[in-house]
This record gives sequence, C-alpha cells and structure tokens, in this order.
Amino acid sequence: MDIFLTSLIASVLLAAMPLVLAGMGELITEKAGVLNLGVEGMMLMGAVSSFAVALWSGSAWLGVLAGVCVGMLFAALFAFLVVRLLTNQVATGLALTILTTGLSALLGIKFVGQSVTGFTALPIPFLADVPVLGEVFKQSLLAYLSIALVVFLAWWLYHTPSGLLLRAVGESPNSAHAIGFDVVKVRYGATILGGALSGLAGAFISLVQFKAWQEGITGGVGWIAVALVVFATWHPSRLIFGALLFGLMRSMGFAVQAANASVQDILDHSASFASGVLGFLTNAQVLNALPYMATVVILCWISRDWQKIKLNAPASLGQPYNG
Amino acid sequence: MGLSFKLTPRDVPSVKMQVLVPIMVTALTLLSGLAVFVAIGVDVGDAFTAYFIEPLSTLNGVAEWLLKALPLCLIALGLAVAYRANVWNIGAEGQLVMGGVFATSTMVLLQGTVHSGVLAVIMVFAGVLGGMLWAGLAAWMRTRFNANEILTTLMLVYVAQSVLQYVLVGSAASTAVLQDPNGAGFPQSATFPLEATLPLLASWMTLFEGTRLHVGIFLLFLIVPAFWVLMNKSFIGYQMRVAGLAPAAANYAGFSGKRLVWLVMLISGAMAGLAGALELVGPVGQLQDSWRPGYGFTAIIVAFLGRLNPIGIVLASLLMALLMLGGEALQLAMSLPKSVSSLFQGLLLIFLLGADVLVNYRVSKK
Repeated sequence: MDIFLTSLIASVLLAAMPLVLAGMGELITEKAGVLNLGVEGMMLMGAVSSFAVALWSGSAWLGVLAGVCVGMLFAALFAFLVVRLLTNQVATGLALTILTTGLSALLGIKFVGQSVTGFTALPIPFLADVPVLGEVFKQSLLAYLSIALVVFLAWWLYHTPSGLLLRAVGESPNSAHAIGFDVVKVRYGATILGGALSGLAGAFISLVQFKAWQEGITGGVGWIAVALVVFATWHPSRLIFGALLFGLMRSMGFAVQAANASVQDILDHSASFASGVLGFLTNAQVLNALPYMATVVILCWISRDWQKIKLNAPASLGQPYNG
Repeated sequence: MGLSFKLTPRDVPSVKMQVLVPIMVTALTLLSGLAVFVAIGVDVGDAFTAYFIEPLSTLNGVAEWLLKALPLCLIALGLAVAYRANVWNIGAEGQLVMGGVFATSTMVLLQGTVHSGVLAVIMVFAGVLGGMLWAGLAAWMRTRFNANEILTTLMLVYVAQSVLQYVLVGSAASTAVLQDPNGAGFPQSATFPLEATLPLLASWMTLFEGTRLHVGIFLLFLIVPAFWVLMNKSFIGYQMRVAGLAPAAANYAGFSGKRLVWLVMLISGAMAGLAGALELVGPVGQLQDSWRPGYGFTAIIVAFLGRLNPIGIVLASLLMALLMLGGEALQLAMSLPKSVSSLFQGLLLIFLLGADVLVNYRVSKK
C-alpha cells in the first residue's frame, strides 16, 4: 500500500498544479467581469510554445517564459475582441479554443515523439525524508515558485488597493468608471494576467508533467479549471482545495496502474460482489471518465443553491461594458 | 488601449455591413491562412490547390463534400435553436457519439429479428434517442441544479468518449458489449450488415456510381423547412427569441424558462444523435473506438456563421464541409495534421465575431 500511496501523492500534485494555475488565472479574469472560455486553448498554446523553446534553447526556464508570453498574447487578442469590440464572450472564448486547437497541432507536429529534460526534482532537506508524505517536498523549483505565486495572488486580490479595484470593476463597472477608474484597462490587465497563468499551466503540463508534446495534450484540464472557479464560488482558497481534489481524481488512473499489484491483491481477497464493484471502479475507461463525471456532479452540488452562486459571482460577469 | 475609437450602438443593424462583413471575413481568413502556411514553410500554391481545388475536382469529391455538410447542417440547426434561447449546448460531439453507440446497440440487439430495410430506420431513431438522453442529462442538471450547461455538456463529451471505449474495449473486469466477437480483439464493432445501412443513391441513380452518398441526404428537404417554421413562424420560436434577447421579459410574459431549456436541449441533442446515427448507417458502417468525427464542435461555428438562421446554416455547412475536406486532403498530400481545418474554422469565427461590430455599432474617433 505504501508504494500505492507514494505514487498517488506524487501524481496528485503533478495533476493539481496546472489546475491551480489555470483556475487562478480564470478566477482573476472573472473577478474583473470577463468570462474567458479560451483557457484550454491558451494552455495548449502555452504547452506547445514552451516545449518548442525548451527543446530549441535547451533551457526549460526560457521555455516557461515563452509559454507565459504566448498565453498573454492570446489573452490580449481575446480581451481586444470582448472588451474593446464587445463581442459575445461565450462565442469568442469557444472560437479561441477551436483556433488554438488547430494552431497548436500544426506548430507541434515536429515535436511529437521528442522529449525534454524539463525540470528536475529539488527535494527539500529533512522534509523530503519523511516516509510517504515526504513526496510532497520533492517537487521542481517551478512547482514551488508556482505555489508561491498562487498564494501571493490570492493575497493580492483581497488585501491591496489594486486587487480591490479589480474586484470593483467586476462587481459594478459603472460605479468604478464613475469614480474615475478605467474599466477597459483593468479588464485588459485581468484577462492578460489570466492568460499568463494559463500559459504557465500549459508549460507545466509539457515540461514537468509529461515532458513531451502531443496534439491536445491538455485533455480538458482548461475546461475543468473553468468549472473549478464555479466550484470554488470565486474564492481562491477553495480553488486550491478543489484543484487537489480533481488532481486526485485525474491521477487515480496513473496510480492504479503503477500499483496494479496491490489492487489485484485486494481483488483476490475480497468477496465476489465487492470485487465486481472494485473491478468496475478500477476499469481504465471508468477511471478516465472519473474527473469529468466528478466535475459534473460537483458542479450540480455547488450550483443547486442559486442564491449562493448569485451572491458570490462577480455581478457583471460576462456582460460587455461600452465605456 | 492604444487604439482610440468609440462605438456607438446603431438603431438598426446596418444592411450594407451585413453583406460586406461575410466577404471581408472570408478574405481575412484566407489571407491569414496564407500567412500561417508561409510561416511554417509550406508551399502556398500546393497547399491551396490541395485544400480548395482538388477536393471538388471529381464527382466523388463533391459527394464526400455533401456527406460532410449533412451532419454539420443537422447539428447546427439544433444548436441554433438552443443558442437563440441563450442555452449554450457546446457538447454536441458527445451527443453525436452517444447517437452512434445507441444505433450500434440497436443493431446488435435486433439484428435478424426485424424485417430488413426496417433495421436501419430503427437504428436512426435509436441514435436520436441517444443524443436526446445525453443532452437531456445536461438539461436536467441545468433545470434541477442550475448547473452551467456550457461546462456540463462539454464534460459529457469526455464521458461519452469513455462510454464508447467501454463498450468496444474489453478488459479483465468488463466485457465489451458492442465489440465484434470475431474481430480478433480489435476495439470496434462488427461491420454493419446490409440491412443495417441506408441505401446508396448510386443504387438507382447511375450519376452517383461509386460514391458513398446515401438517401439520408433527402432528410434535409424535410428538416430545413421544419426548422425555418419552428424558428420564425411558431409560438415556441417566438418564446425562444424573447428568452434569448430579454430573459426578464420572458419571465414576465409567463414563459416557463425550465420548459424552454428542456425543449431546446432535447432538440439539439436529437439532431446531434441523428447526425451520429446517420454517419454510421451511412458512410462509416462500423463503430470504432477512435471515432471522433468532430462534427459536433465544427457545427458550433456553422451555427454562428449561418447567423442562427436555417438558410444561412445550409450555406455555412457547405463552406465548413469544404474546410474540413480540405483539411483532410492536406493531411494526405502534405502530411499536415487534420486539425489544420480547425485553425481555419477558428480564424473564420474570430474574424466574424470581430467584424460584426460594424453591423451593430458605428465606429468613430474618440
């Protein structure tokens, strides 16, 4: 069971990081009143460009930088359309995702099958030696920095004047405008910051999680990140908790395979009904579908209290503002 | 930011711009496609010939073009109904896959027990049911729990693909119910017998000899007018438009929001399921675990490009089918990924959304 737990913890963190990053980016964007459904697309572009640059330059850090910049670029394009040209936010986000699905596949065709060294684990002395839980402290430097960044952003959003301004714009753009703030500029900023985090999440997937590129490598993580924001009712702390939960579900498959022996052991020693249920639950297809089914179920659970959602959602979310 | 211009809403949409915008958008899409090909070092002349000219240069090419336009048109009609009511079903791809799974299950269940010639029709109806079931799940979650349908329909696409795997790939713990028992373990169903496929046009029109065009295409002559009436002439269509444009007014008028969500979800799911079933009993003739036609996603663009209007959707589905066909031709000719076509589709939609500002607003200097 030890091997099972250790590999499970390791893969949960790997799977949770892109979710935390992209989810935090979308949370900030939505807090300013902009609904960006292009997260999956910005992540794909971040993943392919960071992989390309890391492969070409030999430096994973340059790769990360490229991923972040490309994420910002596509977010800026999105912001220009919805903030400046007042296009429908849902349709524009979908268009962005469809466009980048094709573009990333086209740009990445040469990189399929290649691999990068990416980031190496940097164990924290003493803490990493603790059995099982020590796995938490054997992450890459990028992961530690990302965690620090997310914690900082969560603090920034609620404890600084600029964070307050961003939230005010999302709650009531007219009031923010009336007291002299530039709504358009704030929405641009929030959307581009969201894009940077999505790009970083993409870089994390191609340089840390898989150390490879393939078409559609993000596999819906961007969409789950959008769902996570609702799940968290727009609160950063709940977002982090949610990401860990979804990370757990995404990594069940990997972990079960890695520790297949121990599951077989349970199957052999349990009653036939229980082993039937367990057999179904550990079926590869069921495990693959688990994070998506869980997203749907949890979304229903969270959304059932409509008042709570209305109270927590930024009041101007998804609505254009013609300043 | 940087670009200083001001948008003033027009009292009525500009008619001149409604004509100009599609032309502008097509030109912009072609130009940026050109730029992408130059950037990645592909011979532009070859690529454009392979993309736009070659696919339509033979009768078979034209038949394949129509075969692709059929599912796109069907699905987009359903989606347009939902989008008009402000219900964002973006998971038609999953509903299509479930349509295929239901149609194939029906074949496995009923093969040999019903009159030949009837089986394919029953399978199509089963496919419609499958699509409705999958969309109905999202409708239930929206009306019962307020769960956002954008996310639920999309998540259900991934779940549908797992269902497809589940019924076709065996494992230690489960038997693959739809897998071909004589298929040497390949993750696919048996090839559909003759009575489980639709008759080809070639069987009585020699013009279409050698093509895969089937009688399903005639459904359009029934369905397109039906949707035109539903959207423009019926009371339900009126309710949809009010709910889409002014939800508060719809509530005030006593239109039930929940009933409308159910209705438009079931219609859009039925059309996606129909498209999936037709695809299988028509040109494909077998369910495979790698079945990812992508029509469900492309149809979203078709719906917007056709301006949520049945006639527009027919034209838009022809254009998008050409883009898809070109993408496949390019894949064969120059070994570029098939998803190149989604690059073109995305560009087209982005330009269309951006340029629509000219229809609804007057642009002036600040």
